[in-house]
Amino acid sequence: MIPELGQLALALALCLALVQGTLPLVGAGIGRADLMALARPAAAGQFVFVLLAFGTLVYAFLSDDFSVLFVAEHSNSALPVFYKATAAWGGHEGSMLLWITVLAIWTMAVAAGSRSQPQEFASRVLGVLGIVSAGVIAFAFFTSNPFLRLIPTPADGNDLNPLLQDPGMIFHPPTLYVGYVGASVPFAFAVAALLSGRLDKDWAKWTRPWTVVAWLFLTAGITLGSWWSYYELGWGGWWFWDPVENSSFMPWLMATALLHSLAVTERRGIFKSWTVLLAIAAFSLSLLGTFLTRAGVLISVHAFASDPTRGLFILGLLALFSGGGLLLYAIRAKNLEAEGGFKLVSREAFLLANNVLLVIATAVVLLGTLAPLIIEVAGLGKISVGPPYFNLMFLVPVFPLVALIGVGMHAGWRMMPGDALMRRLRVPALAAVIVGVVAPFIVFDTTSVLTAIAVSIALWVCASSLLDPVRRLVYRTGAPLTRGQMGMYLAHFGVGIFMLGATVASAYNFERDYSAKPGDTIQAGGYEFAFQSITETQGPNFVADEAQIELRKNGALIAVLNPQIRTYQVQTSPMTEAAIESNVLRDVFVALGEPLGAGAWSVRIRVKPLIGFLWFGAGLMALGGIVAISDRRYRLAARQTQPAAAQPATGAA
Amino acid sequence: MVRYLAPLAILLVIGVFFYFGLQRNPNDVPSALIGKQIPTFSLPSVTDPQDLVTNEALAGHVSLVNVWGTWCVECRHEHGYLLELARTGVPIYGLNVRDDRAAANDWLARLGNPYVSSGFDPEGKAAIDWGVTGAPETFLIGSDGKILHKHISPLTAQVWQNDFLPLLREHCGPTDCPFLAAGGR
Amino acid sequence: MKTLSSLVAIWLAFAAGTVAAAAEEGFDDPVLEARYQALTHEIRCPKCLNESIAESKAPVAADLRREVRRLIGEGKSDDEVKTFLSDRYGDFVLYRPRMTATTFAVWAAPFVLLAFGGLVFWRILAARTNQPIDEELPP
Repeated sequence: MIPELGQLALALALCLALVQGTLPLVGAGIGRADLMALARPAAAGQFVFVLLAFGTLVYAFLSDDFSVLFVAEHSNSALPVFYKATAAWGGHEGSMLLWITVLAIWTMAVAAGSRSQPQEFASRVLGVLGIVSAGVIAFAFFTSNPFLRLIPTPADGNDLNPLLQDPGMIFHPPTLYVGYVGASVPFAFAVAALLSGRLDKDWAKWTRPWTVVAWLFLTAGITLGSWWSYYELGWGGWWFWDPVENSSFMPWLMATALLHSLAVTERRGIFKSWTVLLAIAAFSLSLLGTFLTRAGVLISVHAFASDPTRGLFILGLLALFSGGGLLLYAIRAKNLEAEGGFKLVSREAFLLANNVLLVIATAVVLLGTLAPLIIEVAGLGKISVGPPYFNLMFLVPVFPLVALIGVGMHAGWRMMPGDALMRRLRVPALAAVIVGVVAPFIVFDTTSVLTAIAVSIALWVCASSLLDPVRRLVYRTGAPLTRGQMGMYLAHFGVGIFMLGATVASAYNFERDYSAKPGDTIQAGGYEFAFQSITETQGPNFVADEAQIELRKNGALIAVLNPQIRTYQVQTSPMTEAAIESNVLRDVFVALGEPLGAGAWSVRIRVKPLIGFLWFGAGLMALGGIVAISDRRYRLAARQTQPAAAQPATGAA
Repeated sequence: MVRYLAPLAILLVIGVFFYFGLQRNPNDVPSALIGKQIPTFSLPSVTDPQDLVTNEALAGHVSLVNVWGTWCVECRHEHGYLLELARTGVPIYGLNVRDDRAAANDWLARLGNPYVSSGFDPEGKAAIDWGVTGAPETFLIGSDGKILHKHISPLTAQVWQNDFLPLLREHCGPTDCPFLAAGGR
Repeated sequence: MKTLSSLVAIWLAFAAGTVAAAAEEGFDDPVLEARYQALTHEIRCPKCLNESIAESKAPVAADLRREVRRLIGEGKSDDEVKTFLSDRYGDFVLYRPRMTATTFAVWAAPFVLLAFGGLVFWRILAARTNQPIDEELPP
């Protein structure tokens, strides 16, 4: 009964989304206020029914209703309660419902926040969001219904994939989806502007905070995913350039470009074409990601159950939304052209380079991801493109990009004397290069050209990001920092820290497998691993072989590590749970492999220097976003006149 | 106007590739050995350790090489059909990988032995030379010793009809494939 | 400890029989071991959902790791090891695409894009440099 209510709610939500997606847009086009006024109530109604539908699915899980097919496939009565709830998004159908729910929440937020905008514009934005909602709800309802029944009802379910029975499952998908789905908001703003034929600084000012919020959730979501796979999968990797990972990364790259391009549009009223295209691109890549993950065209451990019918439907959505957006752009692009000069050494020029380089970076990732598919469809064979390609080629646009971040932050708008810039920056730049070349060599006894370049650039961005805050906060010279500026420096500093962590952890990673039995001590990576014993333990729905391994350095005990091999009750393939000892400077990572007979085990040891900087740096980026949107100007309801006074040399963010 | 249509054009091109990509199965990895000579191998037979199964045994006539193991659930599903094929005169050679000799012999005794002979490859070393990734897998070998086709997953009547027979009819000379005349279904 | 581990490993290799995997013994030479680690991360498991043979638990991955170890031990170069595997499993198992006429575009693309991007940047900048810098300030 309850699941059927859920289905009904979804159907009603679809109807309301269709209303939301058509009438307000018609109303805006012909100037009928009563039609435009339907947008918010329709959005609110859709929100209520979507929430209801999602709620019934979660209820079905929590009440162990195995007559629902999706619940039977992904849950089990012995599953701990949190995981029963999170199993709601543990498979294709449920995760689409999560997509829809997150979109409904975003729509409500936009509806609430749009009161200060002209009705014509707001109703167009909500209208576009309505079309998107209708498309995605239709997809779920007709091809991926989570409420389908399973008759005869099994006594118990298949259990949630053990890899997903982890706190990461509680946080990573929802956070990622808030970001991923949130790309639809700037998209809606862009299409609304194209429809109205008007795109100005006000438009940029309205769009920017939404973009920043979506971006920071996407940053956090991707970081959580990376960290989760690091500690969960047992081989110590944090990024594999898997097609599904790339699917979340490409929207992130475009969203990053978008929020920077919006800064220029808001400030100078130029780069409108760039901004609109970036907004359409970010959402298109988000849809592309949905396609790649669910249509079964590429192989990935992340991919959901594939079905060409579903793939075709999503391709249709892609054609409708992206194709429609780009067609609209082609028609209206002439109106977007705007005058506004700037010189080579100016913030605008650096942000132009930023746009270009981020687009190239996205193109490289897209090409690498799609090349195997394209080559296969063209009948030219079957190849693979993996980390060796991406790790190298991604750096081609990204090295210059990150280096330029350090300079661009300090460039003034419109024009700035180049030698003034050089004078400010040459000392930190030189210092960064010297330390970058020498320090890794001193610490690790070896370095390479690539490592030296990467570490130098990373240190350079960190130093450059600190220049202004240190000057203003410590020496108290210059105007006080706005939160927008603080956010920028924090985020860019985070980029440098991230890059430092990624470079050092990759270049100086120690990894090796050993065979050991209780009583053995392994010397590895500068540490001693004393394998004490192995015992059997019991979890709520699994049994495990747990090793007790003492981690020592020069004889002194650091920690006792307990890696496990778990065998879950239902899905019986063994799963390894790594034991990780972390501090600021490194992670020591121990995982059990197979038993090798006669009491010996395969023990996998990794020592990863500075890997903590990776997650920390990414966290700082997200924090920078939070600080930036807490800036006063977004909390002011009324728009003030732009002051005519000149801005300080370093400019506002 | 043309310049502004460029992004849409790019989307359309990618879309076309996706459309055709949907009709393929990404898990289908074609064998790298199609059209090449069978690898050289020399394995003890499963049934009689003194006997050797070598690539010379396959020379001069059309045959099948079937990868199997008692640990392989799907091999059991295709076993019945293999017996049928063998009865119609199709020479089938087995490649027994990562298995226990006693268990393998027991299996053949209980379920029937469709193989002319089966090579015993407990560590999968010969299997690697054949590009084997698991079981069941079946190779179609021509009378010239070239690998004509590789099929992954159980061999069924439908697969034989749709994939193997057309190749056989194309390849077989008048005397190569007596089982065809006998109506190998 | 190393000797004991080696002895254990050797004994296991004999005693474990046909089903259990033999103990993976590292090379004494760290250069060879480093090559082994790097190579196994570059070879794709032919039957997995996008994993390298270094990470995968599949039996075929274990077999291929063993082959890589054997070939390195025999003094084969990285290229020879990769060719050995791609001869049998196709270019599909190479995560670093071989440079062929087809993949040339894939490898060249980032540089071509960078050059193209540079061109775009200069063209736009040239146009903007000629436009008035001070715009009308709002009333």
